[in-house]
Amino acid sequence: MSPREQENQPILAVEGLRARIGDREILKGLSLTVNAGQVHAIMGPNGSGKSTLAGVLAGRETAEVTAGTARLDGRDLFPLSPEERSIAGLFLGFQYPVEIPGVGNLYFLRTALNAQRKARGEEEIDAVDFLDFAKEKMKSVEMDPAFMSRGLNEGFSGGEKKRNEVLQMAVLEPRLAILDEIDSGLDIDALRVVAKGVEALRSPTRSTILVTHYQRLLEYVVPDVVHVMAAGRIVLSGGRELALELEKKGYAWIDEEAKRGAFAEPAQVSP
Amino acid sequence: MTPVEESLLAEPRAPAGLPAYAMELRRKGRETFRGLGLPSPRLEEWRFTSLAGLAAERFTFGDPAAPLGAAELERLAGRRLGPRLVFVNGRLRADLSDSAGLPAGAFAGSLGRALEEQPALLEPHLGRLASPPGLALSALNAALLADGAFVHLPEGCRAAEPVELVFVTAGGSLATASPFRVLVVAGPGSEATVVERHAARGTATVLTNGVTEVVLAAGARLDHYVVQNQPANAYHFASLFAEAERDASFHTHATALGAALSRSDVRVRLAGEGAEAKIVGLYMADGKRLVDNHSLVEHARPHGTSREVFKGVLDGESRAVFGGRIRVLEGAMKTDAHQMNSNLLLSRDATVDTMPQLEIYADDVKCGHGGTVGQLDPDSLFYLRSRGLPLARARSLLIYAFAREMVELVRPKALRDEVGKLVAARLPDGTRVLEAA
Repeated sequence: MSPREQENQPILAVEGLRARIGDREILKGLSLTVNAGQVHAIMGPNGSGKSTLAGVLAGRETAEVTAGTARLDGRDLFPLSPEERSIAGLFLGFQYPVEIPGVGNLYFLRTALNAQRKARGEEEIDAVDFLDFAKEKMKSVEMDPAFMSRGLNEGFSGGEKKRNEVLQMAVLEPRLAILDEIDSGLDIDALRVVAKGVEALRSPTRSTILVTHYQRLLEYVVPDVVHVMAAGRIVLSGGRELALELEKKGYAWIDEEAKRGAFAEPAQVSP
Repeated sequence: MTPVEESLLAEPRAPAGLPAYAMELRRKGRETFRGLGLPSPRLEEWRFTSLAGLAAERFTFGDPAAPLGAAELERLAGRRLGPRLVFVNGRLRADLSDSAGLPAGAFAGSLGRALEEQPALLEPHLGRLASPPGLALSALNAALLADGAFVHLPEGCRAAEPVELVFVTAGGSLATASPFRVLVVAGPGSEATVVERHAARGTATVLTNGVTEVVLAAGARLDHYVVQNQPANAYHFASLFAEAERDASFHTHATALGAALSRSDVRVRLAGEGAEAKIVGLYMADGKRLVDNHSLVEHARPHGTSREVFKGVLDGESRAVFGGRIRVLEGAMKTDAHQMNSNLLLSRDATVDTMPQLEIYADDVKCGHGGTVGQLDPDSLFYLRSRGLPLARARSLLIYAFAREMVELVRPKALRDEVGKLVAARLPDGTRVLEAA
């Protein structure tokens, strides 16, 4: 398909997704479609299942999928390992990136890129060429190259870790990026850099899901669609104005409505 | 005496030309081993380590003249790092050794010959540290005393290159035992690095039982490394004794990668004020292998410092035993001692028994110990895989990251690189993890 044709094709299609952690059902029949070229925001109160959704899509094993499907470019995600999903074009930006002393940052980035290139039948990139490429990308996220010689996220501040997530995203150029609370704990500078990274990847052939509790990030990255999650489902979808409304009214009313059963069927508002 | 114990003492011929005190060490060793026999799990220090598997074996003594080609030697013992002495079945092999690179005044050569030619130099030291009562394996080694390595550094002597001592047990289709013996005497203010390498060949069981004694005079500094890369049919027993006088510094670093069963006993005595010791061990085991590290650090005088770090990676049904004792004697004020044992278990069936022990008879000391037993962190594993790294690579990276701290502590670069490679070679996707550093 040409980029033109890819536009408005669903990159991600989730239907009737149910997942549980232990005995507790977290996702209760969630459906979501993200088309090529779109940026979606998923908002919602704590405990609504936002992070579980992000994890389940990327292959995290803490939650168990009990029903439903998730397709990336038409391909069923659930039989795939986390690495296969990554190679298929899915990227998860972590809420809490892990520190791994002993694994060099630069090496990790290159290994990740080469794993993808190898899977696509492309030549692996050597250390020297990669360094030039990585330096460019680091500049774009305003990251000090000195960080690259450290262990993976070792001793990084919260903001530095998030920049490193955006750097990894910039290097891997995923088809679908899911950024889980990428804005939490960021100062304005870091928030701006993160937003720039997301904007840089905006293209007719890619899409992004921003999982966030706050409206703040959406001032920097304007989403095409805003979803509200409550009690394991998407209960409201709308345009950017929905985020503003949530900011004004808070999440309490969503919980109330959800408890009353007001969202038995997901409300749909076309973007 | 059981038949296997008899076989371990049945050397084909006694050495000639040893001074009377060495013959006396042999006699006492034989007597002690006859009394004790091989250690059994009834002994506190051997609670978790059974040598019952040896009962059916009948050992022969390996031929010290066994042919050993240069290529095989490199495969068993890596590349030469500096002055190198090669021992086959316990005896120095001049044809395989090359001691070029030793500084003027220093000696590294055959212990047997040194005993014949300069008995007075060795008499105050040989067997002095290695003869505490109750140590059957040290006694067995003494009973067979004939040759080994003697390293002598006169006052102020500094050896730039590591002195390598390569011990090869050359077995065959019969179970083969061989002893090794090392004596290092470091004069006041001298500095050196000594590397022991242990390897073996042979299709039947091989058993290596050795004793290393290190005597450090005031202000001496010795870095001691052990690379134990025995095959899977090997039993490896090593007893290391060191004594450090005032302001002397003794570092020992052991990488234990092979053997069906390996046991290392390290006893370090800080005999002088301000002496310092560092004891580092990295061990890796899989299958049904067992690796046992015991240590005793004795602080006898004030202001001593000791650091002990042991890290293990265990897979399959392997087992690790760690027994670490710190003893602070009366009067050893301002002692600063710490001990750490961390283990990474890669399978459900791998086990660790770790027993730190502090015996403190002095006031005003700082002593501590710690330990961890853990698995690969699932969050770290998921993080790496979520970026497209295959499971085997992700696991290898995390295992190597755990072991890397120990590898980094190897000071000579050539040896550090080699130890890194040996560790990586044991990982599922190891050939590529080294670039990670």
